[in-house]
Amino acid sequence: MARLENLPPALASHLAQLPCPEFATTPWAQAPPLQQARVAIVSTAGLHRREDAPFTGFSGEYRVIPGDAQAADLVMSHISTNFDRSGFQRDWNLVFPLDRLRELAAEGTIASLADFHYSFMGATDPAQMEGPAAEVAGLLQKDRVNAVLLVPV
Amino acid sequence: MGGLSHYLERSGLPTTQISLIRLHTEKIRPPRALWVPFELGRPLGAPGDPALQRRVLLAALALLAAPAGPVLKDFPEEAPTAAAEPGVWACPISLPQAEEDLDQAGRLRQAFVREVAQMSTWYQEALQQRGRTTYGVSGLGPLAVADFLASLLEGRAPDNPRPGLSLPGLAKLASEDLKAFYLEAVTAQPGGETDSARLTDWFFGQTVAGRVLLRLRGVLAASDDPEARMVGKLLMVPVSQAARKARG
Repeated sequence: MARLENLPPALASHLAQLPCPEFATTPWAQAPPLQQARVAIVSTAGLHRREDAPFTGFSGEYRVIPGDAQAADLVMSHISTNFDRSGFQRDWNLVFPLDRLRELAAEGTIASLADFHYSFMGATDPAQMEGPAAEVAGLLQKDRVNAVLLVPV
Repeated sequence: MGGLSHYLERSGLPTTQISLIRLHTEKIRPPRALWVPFELGRPLGAPGDPALQRRVLLAALALLAAPAGPVLKDFPEEAPTAAAEPGVWACPISLPQAEEDLDQAGRLRQAFVREVAQMSTWYQEALQQRGRTTYGVSGLGPLAVADFLASLLEGRAPDNPRPGLSLPGLAKLASEDLKAFYLEAVTAQPGGETDSARLTDWFFGQTVAGRVLLRLRGVLAASDDPEARMVGKLLMVPVSQAARKARG
């Protein structure tokens, strides 16, 4: 379904023409073996705790999601109307797979989970996210995270 | 999404990402990406399918073992499709009366409030079933959301119940809460529909709430306020429903 040819033509055309940031090279940081990975989720689904301010603009800001968050804690204020939300309404793991990661940590497939996860609002110009992303990188490193899972919506 | 991969990896953090739009990922060339053939809004595949979600997750995490990049791999499975019956799905509760009735003064608001109250039973059922709700980004209760949106539609600038937000910004959040309220409610019914396209068609094609948002789209799009115009033109009704007339 996320194949462009399966989307409404106007949406497919809009997505195909959306300007993408250009990077001359791709950075590379060597990851540890999975069993030693301390994993954080960085989402662009516009997720946040119910009591946090909703996303209302395109400033590149982010929200902090504590590692002990439960499904009932999170809401979504992504600005786009052009993706399905009914799946997230039924099962938060569809967008924010924290229960699945907890299972992987419990069975030893990964070492541990971060104390904090993060969410941006993906309709933002990526250039606006650069500064906030550097801030999040610093927070992740202090949290001893050595593997980041990025999840779009 | 791919831009964030660059920014984080540049800081020394290994990243792996799920990709929903392959074309964007091909252009941005993040270090590690797993393209999935799922619909927008469902990056882990399907709700209530932990086995599929786990396979997606493990496939994305497996890319961390790659010796060099960029790596872009395709997830080999499609999402399961619901065995939907052909034709237009209809919610088995009594929704609005004849459309011409709704054009009379006050009728749309009355029908809207009645419909919200009617959906409330199923919304409460959804809350019980799931132990959670995604409703609540506007900070207003369902009837207050209905009142707020109806007032905007009637051209009366309502008092702003959220002074920290602009009126158009609150209208956007209220519209998302309204959709969440209806979709959570209707999917809690026995045999509740799961196909997202059919749910969207139902909301915009068969409910008074959908008609309110279609009408409000036009009102906001014609506003003098640039933010209201943007909300009306882009952020109230999905592209898949754009051709629908603001009838009734």
